[in-house]
Amino acid sequence: MIVTHTLSAVFQAGPHQRGWADVLESVNEFYRRVLFLPEQASTVAAQIDHLHYLEITVMFAAAGAIALAVIIFLARYHHAGNHTHIDLLDEGDTRDPTLATPHVNAPLVLEFGLYAGLFGLFVLFWVLGYRQYVELLVPPTKAIDIFVTGKQWVWQFAYPQGPATAGILYVPAGQPVRIVLTSRDVIHSFFVPQFRVKRDAVPGMYTETWFEASRPGTYNVLCAELCGVGHSVMRAGVIVLDPQDFQRWLEGRSQFGADVPDTTGASLAQRGRIMAIQKGCARCHSVDGSRATGPTWRNLYGSWEVLEGGQRVFVDEAYITRSMMEPGRDIVAGFPNVMPSFMGLVAPGEVSALVAYMRSLSDAPVDRATDSLPGERGPNPASVRALPPASPAPADTTPVRLPR
Amino acid sequence: MPTTHHVAHFEDLAKQGHAARLGMWLFLGSEALLFSGLFTLYAAYRNEYTSDFAAGAQLTNLPLGTIMTAVLLVSSFFMAFALATARQERSRVSIAALATTFLLGIVFLGLKATEYTMHFRDGIFPGAYYTGPLGERHGVVLFFTLYYIMTGLHALHVIGGLVLVGWLARRTRRGDFGEAWSTPLELGGLYWHFVDIIWLFLWPLFYLLR
Amino acid sequence: MTTTASPRPPAPAHVETKNYLNAETTFRSWATTTDHKRIGVLFLAGVTLSAMLGGTFALLLRLELLTPEADVMTAMTYNRLFTLHGVVMVWLFMIPAIPGAFGNFMVPLMIGARDVAFPRLNLASFYFYLSGALLVIAGAIAGGADTGWTFYPPYSAQTPTALVPVLAGVFVLGISSTMTGLNFIVTIHTLRTAGMTWWRLPLFVWAIYATSIILVLATPVLGLSLLLVAIDHAFALGVFNPAHGGDPILYQHLFWFYSHPAVYIMILPAMGVISEVVPAFSRKNVFSYRGIVIASVGIALVGFLTWGHHMFTSGMSAFDSGAFGVLSMFVAIFSAIKVFTWVGTLYRGRITLSTPLLYFFGFLFLFAFGGMTGVALASTSLDVHWHDTYFIVAHFHFIMVGGTMMGFMAGLHFWFPKMFGRLYSQRLSAVVALLAISGFILTFTPQFLLGNAGMPRRYHTYPAEYQPLNIISTIGSWAIGAGLLIGLLYLLVALWRGKPAGSNPWNLLGLEWSISSPPPPHNFEEPPKVWQEPYDYWRARND
Repeated sequence: MIVTHTLSAVFQAGPHQRGWADVLESVNEFYRRVLFLPEQASTVAAQIDHLHYLEITVMFAAAGAIALAVIIFLARYHHAGNHTHIDLLDEGDTRDPTLATPHVNAPLVLEFGLYAGLFGLFVLFWVLGYRQYVELLVPPTKAIDIFVTGKQWVWQFAYPQGPATAGILYVPAGQPVRIVLTSRDVIHSFFVPQFRVKRDAVPGMYTETWFEASRPGTYNVLCAELCGVGHSVMRAGVIVLDPQDFQRWLEGRSQFGADVPDTTGASLAQRGRIMAIQKGCARCHSVDGSRATGPTWRNLYGSWEVLEGGQRVFVDEAYITRSMMEPGRDIVAGFPNVMPSFMGLVAPGEVSALVAYMRSLSDAPVDRATDSLPGERGPNPASVRALPPASPAPADTTPVRLPR
Repeated sequence: MPTTHHVAHFEDLAKQGHAARLGMWLFLGSEALLFSGLFTLYAAYRNEYTSDFAAGAQLTNLPLGTIMTAVLLVSSFFMAFALATARQERSRVSIAALATTFLLGIVFLGLKATEYTMHFRDGIFPGAYYTGPLGERHGVVLFFTLYYIMTGLHALHVIGGLVLVGWLARRTRRGDFGEAWSTPLELGGLYWHFVDIIWLFLWPLFYLLR
Repeated sequence: MTTTASPRPPAPAHVETKNYLNAETTFRSWATTTDHKRIGVLFLAGVTLSAMLGGTFALLLRLELLTPEADVMTAMTYNRLFTLHGVVMVWLFMIPAIPGAFGNFMVPLMIGARDVAFPRLNLASFYFYLSGALLVIAGAIAGGADTGWTFYPPYSAQTPTALVPVLAGVFVLGISSTMTGLNFIVTIHTLRTAGMTWWRLPLFVWAIYATSIILVLATPVLGLSLLLVAIDHAFALGVFNPAHGGDPILYQHLFWFYSHPAVYIMILPAMGVISEVVPAFSRKNVFSYRGIVIASVGIALVGFLTWGHHMFTSGMSAFDSGAFGVLSMFVAIFSAIKVFTWVGTLYRGRITLSTPLLYFFGFLFLFAFGGMTGVALASTSLDVHWHDTYFIVAHFHFIMVGGTMMGFMAGLHFWFPKMFGRLYSQRLSAVVALLAISGFILTFTPQFLLGNAGMPRRYHTYPAEYQPLNIISTIGSWAIGAGLLIGLLYLLVALWRGKPAGSNPWNLLGLEWSISSPPPPHNFEEPPKVWQEPYDYWRARND
């Protein structure tokens, strides 16, 4: 089906339009689909993929050659009648003349020629790959900087102009972006498959990488270094905007930026719901009563919680705000002390929206149909339904059952 | 005196001795690699925190460290002497030499313990427990963490060596070694010398490089 | 070849009377044995059980991965399971299996010796293996570790799991490895029978020799790394903790300095088995004996220089990345030499499609693919996309399961008649081989594609679009599991009910085939003499 699809794409374009570029593009597309590679959404992705295609083609050719040799040898030299029965194996002397085989040694020329040739090929692959790798390491001079921090289990992004986000990275299309990466705790790894970019976030040091997104769209950030129980759900979204949209977004945000879409008419609670996803709260706090990394928000507001030390606390605006800014202070009994601080990452207005949302989750019946957005049932909604993406998002809307 | 130490699967005693020697050298090679990992760590961190390491080295006890070096060197001499005299069938002298080696090993460990105690009194503990001087400088703390790990590992090897020396002394008393066969003594000596050599590398790294 | 070359004795009606198995049968005689053959059998039992344990963990993992959500186990359990799967498979199975079981049994026989150089050390090595394994299992029961078998700090210093027993177990296993390696090196140097020069050594012996070099030199570095992790975990000494000035990347260097050569410890013995199986069942001399020897030693030595290719995205310098990349290309050549030589050995041979040879064909393709993807990974830019994804998982499983496991199965089926004096069902074993190979392809090929698609490894839940490939992979895992289980069963049955094998059931040359099956307790009546090349199937008459 992939083949016919590609071939029809090739042949649909009439002979006048079907230039080499189209053919190459079809070949690229064919390989990409067969190999299950994600879309090539950055400027380097295509050339990396092309090296990939070259190497895999060579590999299959080599495997084919080996297979051919083996089949031919088996066919010609398989001793009939001797299949798998040991007791039918050749009787008689281990030195029986009829059992002797010719003494064949590899001609030195063949050996050296082959190995030298192979080594040359391998070195060629390395040269091509290393050049690309160095290109990946050195950001272009006009790259804009974005500071990325990995912390169990959230990606935080900070822009030099001041705005900061968690869980969503906004970048402009067609402009190189330099990612300055570090970690607050353990080693994480910033990985965007569609950009073919990956770099470890190491605590105590800064690493960097860069990419230039080719066109607007929505992509995934996955953590690619084991960092604890939340490793699989430590994800974020990359929203690539048109350069003007990006500028507008950047300017439209104050120091603590409201990265909410135009929600005029939306209630405070509804805004809070979107915030909960964007800030990453939903990663650890469920809204349907099930237990997750953190306490559920269902029926949380207005209740009494028992803290670690045994004392009880009433959950109101004060407690919620405190928990966001100094999460380690009053931990609910039975939960780990792993919540990151949102100091500097939520504006007062946003806190109100979140509290309003949490209020709406109390004393209300659990109604999955109307109460939760897809993906909200669990701690990891990787799908982003905030700004309208220019191209369809590879959304992960699977409800995630919560880890116990 | 037992008639032979020759075991059946070797052609003769000479081959057996050769095999034992090869085995011991391989073992020492593996031990060298064990320590080399630590030396590499030291080198890497020293490269990163050069002045901190120098400052840390000022805080170690150079006279004590030098005495410990001398003690080990002398003990190695006696170990070699024990082998030589065993080969000359002078087993009583050999046992005395081994006993001296043993004692000097104990002295070394005693000095080490004293040194550790002095450090503890100054608050010099490894890692997060460090409360000694210059504690805010990461490199100083790392210096001492490595100091404890490396000298600690070395001390464990010295203890192992003491057990070995004790066992060899017992065998010498039993009359196992003589002109014909003294391979275990030779190999035990090799081990002891190796432990000594490791210390000869630790001494400059932690005491002299200041 | 031997002074006592004679017509193949007719297959006996019953298994040889006095052999190493029935000479004494008390528990004590087994528990205190210094006979290399018995120790080999003990190792065989141990590694088989370990493989079953590790395999069970794998089946559980794949069960969870049938669906994108977490519905079989919690994230913590999943993380513990893949850590234990790695630890058990690497240190309780892969590293000790072929050297411990077949190296111990066959090497002295192949070189005409009565035992290894240090039989009591050999026994000690087994007990260290047993203790280490028990410690790891105790650690698993106490909750196990969740850091991955790589134990990267700072997470390994912070994890709440029971790291110390697991680390202690691996440390003790490392001691066992070092002892085994030391024993083999000295054995091969000093106990070769008259006329057995280095260039007449069977290739399996060369493989074990090369492996032993790595065992002795690399394992101590692992011991040290794990010791430091344990100390950091238990006592917050901060050697690798940035909060105390430590450098987590230094740990990676130290760990991989051992762990990359470790993968050669895992594959070299399997290649050694293949180097025996191929000339045996083509009944022919090896296409380039020297090539295999040079390649084996080359892999052992150059393998020490390539560890940084596990760290291309770690923040290592560009120069380092370049150096390690090109050195990795260098080491790949040696494997290519072997592949070429094995295939060339089939040329103009007299091929018998026995089960060991079937495993060779599985090995050939799976190892070749695994190895070639290694070359692709060393093309550094490609690794940036693939690092820590399922592509890597597929790459090393192709080599470790498709390579080492197949080599292990080949060796097991090749030497089972010699070790136990019994034949097993040829037909059933061939079916199982095909089942195992197909199951393998079904399990791990989709994982290459998953890695291409961007699915990271060690993921408990994953984006829904990765599900179809995961389902295929899980079904494949059931096929492998079924195959290997059936294999175990027919071999166990053969132990009691198999037909007697006779001393040379495959009708081969080699000192090991000139004595009874099972061999007598002291191997050779008198030391044999050797004056010809190994695998000299071209000589038509007794010379």
